[in-house]
Amino acid sequence: MTIEINGEAREGVATVADAVAAVTEARRGIAVALNGEVVPRSEWDRPLADGDAVEVLTATQGG
Amino acid sequence: MEQRTAAPTAPTADSGGEPRAARDAAPPAAAHGTAPRAGTGAESGEHRGSPPPLAPLTIADKTFTSRLILGTGGAANHAQLAEAITASGTELVTVALRRVAPHPHGSLLDVIERCGVDLLPNTAGCFTAEQAVRTAELAREAFGTNWIKLEVIGDEDTLLPDPVELLDAAETLVAKGFTVLPYTSDDPVLARRLEAAGCAAVMPLAAPIGTGLGVRNPHNLALICEHAAVPVICDAGIGTASDAALAMELGCSAVLLATAVTRAADPALMAAAMRDAVNAGRAARLAGRIPKRHLANASSSFEGMADL
Repeated sequence: MTIEINGEAREGVATVADAVAAVTEARRGIAVALNGEVVPRSEWDRPLADGDAVEVLTATQGG
Repeated sequence: MEQRTAAPTAPTADSGGEPRAARDAAPPAAAHGTAPRAGTGAESGEHRGSPPPLAPLTIADKTFTSRLILGTGGAANHAQLAEAITASGTELVTVALRRVAPHPHGSLLDVIERCGVDLLPNTAGCFTAEQAVRTAELAREAFGTNWIKLEVIGDEDTLLPDPVELLDAAETLVAKGFTVLPYTSDDPVLARRLEAAGCAAVMPLAAPIGTGLGVRNPHNLALICEHAAVPVICDAGIGTASDAALAMELGCSAVLLATAVTRAADPALMAAAMRDAVNAGRAARLAGRIPKRHLANASSSFEGMADL
């Protein structure tokens, strides 16, 4: 099963929480979009399907 | 003693919106310097050697002592950013929402927390209402705030707002319970439409983002301030302290800037200059500037001149 996380293909990622853990240790200030839709933190145990695209986002400097 | 006999003159061609703005600026009792200062509210009174206490700024449900909002974009590193935030006296800083970096150099959120300021996420980089709404929803999820600096740009060269998408996004976000602070062009009609849509403030640009060109259309900015019932925050295009002061003199409630500070040779020093400029501009606005005159008006009386 291949999941795209922040534009990169990954294997061995079963849930949204796994996807987050794959790219950051931070838990505060993180938001996740699954195929363009917001996934609330309470639903990070949601299972992923092959071809899903996950965006893991946080604060960066910006005006 | 300074004479106060000047009659108002007609606005000159280069004065933009200033004469009108100046008249509107002054609380009635303080319109002329000889009038007693009582009754002009918390922002007036007797002050010797210390700046007058300016009334706090209220946006939606929050009150701010500082009228400067600092964008964090462009800072060379977190230490420099923290110094600038502290020197600016700001209580609110903007952040963008981006993919987590593979090798982050410390957490920006930690810096902001240590500075003890609130965070205002933005939707920078969004070209459509749909994109901006999703970004706002993600920001709410990430930072636990329903405040959003709404940016929907039309192109990458000017970064000017797309008014159609902006208004669409503003309406949607207000309906979803967001406190919306839209970055908008200096169009008084659009500002009115955004206010009518339920935005908590309107944030017209002084000039395109990052240009440092200063207030390009003072008349429009003054018109927006004149008609708005929500705070008007001058956002983008400020280059130096006098630009920020002018925006406040025109009637803005606050100034939002980033590049002018973060890319200055000495960001902390420029941050302090901006803090003072915003306060000075606000005070000047409230104090009520003198009318502009064509000819000189002696401040030393000719009466009692010696016959020499």
